[in-house]
Amino acid sequence: MFQPHADRIAKPLLAAAALVCAAVLVLIIAVIISGAWPALISQDLVVFITDASWYPLEGQFGMLSMLLASLLVMMIAILLAAPMGIICAIFIAYIAPVRVQKIYRFAIALLAGMPSVVLGLWGLTVLVPLVNKWSPPGLSLLLAGIVLAVMILPTVALTSLAAFKSLPIALQQAASALGVRQHVQILKVFIPAASAAILSGMLLAMARALGETMVVLMVAGNVVQFPSGLMEPVRTLTANIALEMAYATDQHRAALFVSGLLLTAMVLVMMSFAARIKGHNDYG
Amino acid sequence: MAEHLFQFVIWCVALLVLMVLLWLVYGLLDHGLAKLSFEFLLSEPQNAGRDGGIISILVATLLILAVTLLAALPLGLASAVWLAEFTATHHFWARKVRLALDVMAGVPSIVFGLFGYAFFGIFMGMGFSVLSGGLTLACMILPVFIRTCEIGLRGVNNSWRQGAAALGMPKIKAVWYILLPAAMPAISAGLILGIGRATAETAALMFTSGYVDRMPESVMDSGRALSVHIYDLSMNVTGGDAAAQASALLLLMIIIVLNMLAYAVTDLWLGRRLSNDLA
Amino acid sequence: MKLTLSFICLMCLSGLTQADNRLNLTGSSTVAPVVMEIAKRFESVNPGVRVDVQTGGSTRGVVDSRTGMADIGMVSRALKTNESDLTAHTIARDGVSIIVHGSNDIMELSEAEIIAIYIGKITNWSEVGGEDRRITVVNKADGRATLELFLAHFSLKNSQIKAQAVIGDNQQGIKTVSGNPGAIGYVSIGAAEYEQSVGTSIKLLPMNGVAANMQTLANGEFPISRPLNLVTKSLTPLSQQFIEFAQSPAVADLIKAQYFVPASR
Repeated sequence: MFQPHADRIAKPLLAAAALVCAAVLVLIIAVIISGAWPALISQDLVVFITDASWYPLEGQFGMLSMLLASLLVMMIAILLAAPMGIICAIFIAYIAPVRVQKIYRFAIALLAGMPSVVLGLWGLTVLVPLVNKWSPPGLSLLLAGIVLAVMILPTVALTSLAAFKSLPIALQQAASALGVRQHVQILKVFIPAASAAILSGMLLAMARALGETMVVLMVAGNVVQFPSGLMEPVRTLTANIALEMAYATDQHRAALFVSGLLLTAMVLVMMSFAARIKGHNDYG
Repeated sequence: MAEHLFQFVIWCVALLVLMVLLWLVYGLLDHGLAKLSFEFLLSEPQNAGRDGGIISILVATLLILAVTLLAALPLGLASAVWLAEFTATHHFWARKVRLALDVMAGVPSIVFGLFGYAFFGIFMGMGFSVLSGGLTLACMILPVFIRTCEIGLRGVNNSWRQGAAALGMPKIKAVWYILLPAAMPAISAGLILGIGRATAETAALMFTSGYVDRMPESVMDSGRALSVHIYDLSMNVTGGDAAAQASALLLLMIIIVLNMLAYAVTDLWLGRRLSNDLA
Repeated sequence: MKLTLSFICLMCLSGLTQADNRLNLTGSSTVAPVVMEIAKRFESVNPGVRVDVQTGGSTRGVVDSRTGMADIGMVSRALKTNESDLTAHTIARDGVSIIVHGSNDIMELSEAEIIAIYIGKITNWSEVGGEDRRITVVNKADGRATLELFLAHFSLKNSQIKAQAVIGDNQQGIKTVSGNPGAIGYVSIGAAEYEQSVGTSIKLLPMNGVAANMQTLANGEFPISRPLNLVTKSLTPLSQQFIEFAQSPAVADLIKAQYFVPASR
């Protein structure tokens, strides 16, 4: 195919940039694996994920309950944040008056920049005492999910908004020309048309929720256990790393790197799985 | 009827989210406003940050952010353009890059910290420095930034590409003059998410840019970021709460200013392109 | 792109011209703030010297001083037997006190009661003479010096403890207990005393009849305490000078200001 000169130069440069970005992941994984190595050679990986007792000072490194806790907290967060984030995007894109649009988008951007420490502190000093009144200790799976939802909502909202905004204008004109009401247009035309991009945004948000540390550390209670209910305290893999990394040596430190590896593997599985659902395979 | 219900639900949710934000901001104002002053802004921290101000921390934060954006913006935009415009969706390497980016988005920030410490700090010999912290953050915000930009580019109507091609325009020119401006809402969304993530990050910076609260003299100096300062004051330093809340308030103000700048710059760029088109 | 790279290279080069009179300290997050203040004063009386303090935990202090990443490590506990290659220089002492919520009407708990609460045999305050309220046991995360101190004092193993909340840093402990009327936890005495004095809703319980405060800690009566150490593998003249400065009465006010007891003679 004919290719202008400028493109022949640009294409490899652009490709190089993309490969450099992807290479960062390889480096990250290499760093994690080298850290996890002492634990990986001394114990079967299966034991880490099938055993639930985590007493590092006594040589027990089971991560099953923390693995489950990480997944549950993420699920709660995305179940809350996804519908609300998409609704916020619809609000800005189609419902709000022009002046409100700008202000509201600004508010969402502000929420996006809220430091996780501040969110965690808000959870710990404001929400926990509130919940504590009817269900002590208040530090719980549900609360961690709720605060995380607040944190990832902007990601869902801003990516969905970007998706709505880049829909062809012709689509909007066609939709309104049909004379259907606005809510039908949004629900039956705009959301389906933007669905692939919205889903990508949701995946980013889920990955973010899975990887978040500070918020969970402060509001989840950090007790290593299988939660028997939504109001029970749990410890996630990330909180575990943050709590113990600074104090761990030898096998303990290596085991924490294994949990980093597990988290990365979980995101990988999640992304591949999502790609299947989306129908067209983005990754291969 | 259904129309009204729909509108009602959307307004309710939108208000709810706004209330949560206001609740958060109110808490910060309530505890931090009394402490916030020009003196606080312009003096060096004393007594582990309880007294004095945060000027050195402010400077370090902005330096870190500058390094982050200088590294992430060109690299990110180039990658997004390659993914969206220069390869087929099913191209082998494009799929691998996309998967790598999405997985990277889920790597816990503390792992980024360990990576930055091992790679930039030790392997590249940068030690604890603003540079090491900024580059670590750049790695961290790249996935979200690239994917958001790519989504934006893909969303641009195909007829624009065909038009440019029909005029014999090189693809790269079409990208620069037509597609990037058209994808601007997505790019600014990615930028805002990236800036937000970078200024809010704590765990990754503790291991890379470090804890020293002296005024950084170059990007090779260790410098304490605002978020690290807030974390230390609220979790580690007894009696540091007021200063922590005031610092958090300031961080929010910085984010507001940066967002305004991001809007202004994207608007400017968009405006320039459009006027060029007309001329 | 190119501009960015050359900019970064330039900055790298400018950083390479570093002076020799520079000290690096890493380690315990408890010790870091106080050493940071000492470092600032040291810099002001020794112009031209730079002391960089990094945080990251006691283990990091041990590891970095071993590998030479740091000239001096900061460790918030006594050195262990397998760390005898390092020398500890105590600069301050810290005590660990049991705290409960300010509204709790319990005035004292015996050691046996504390153990029973922490291993989950007693789960309601009414069983130890308090009001009818579920107890929330707040424990520290594995590896923290205060946890090891607590376990050693009560001869417990961490796997025996049935906690409802696990926390990391000291202030997180205080915030968790003050937000929960049924909570019991253990934190630094100085920090707890300060928080109580500014109206935070917590109460320090006496230990074996000894009131928990800075006085009983300073005169050695209070039973649970730990040293805050600077550790070194080998001493350079500059690090020796810094350690002597940190142990001297010239910095006692700084140590007291961070709510610890100075070890200066």
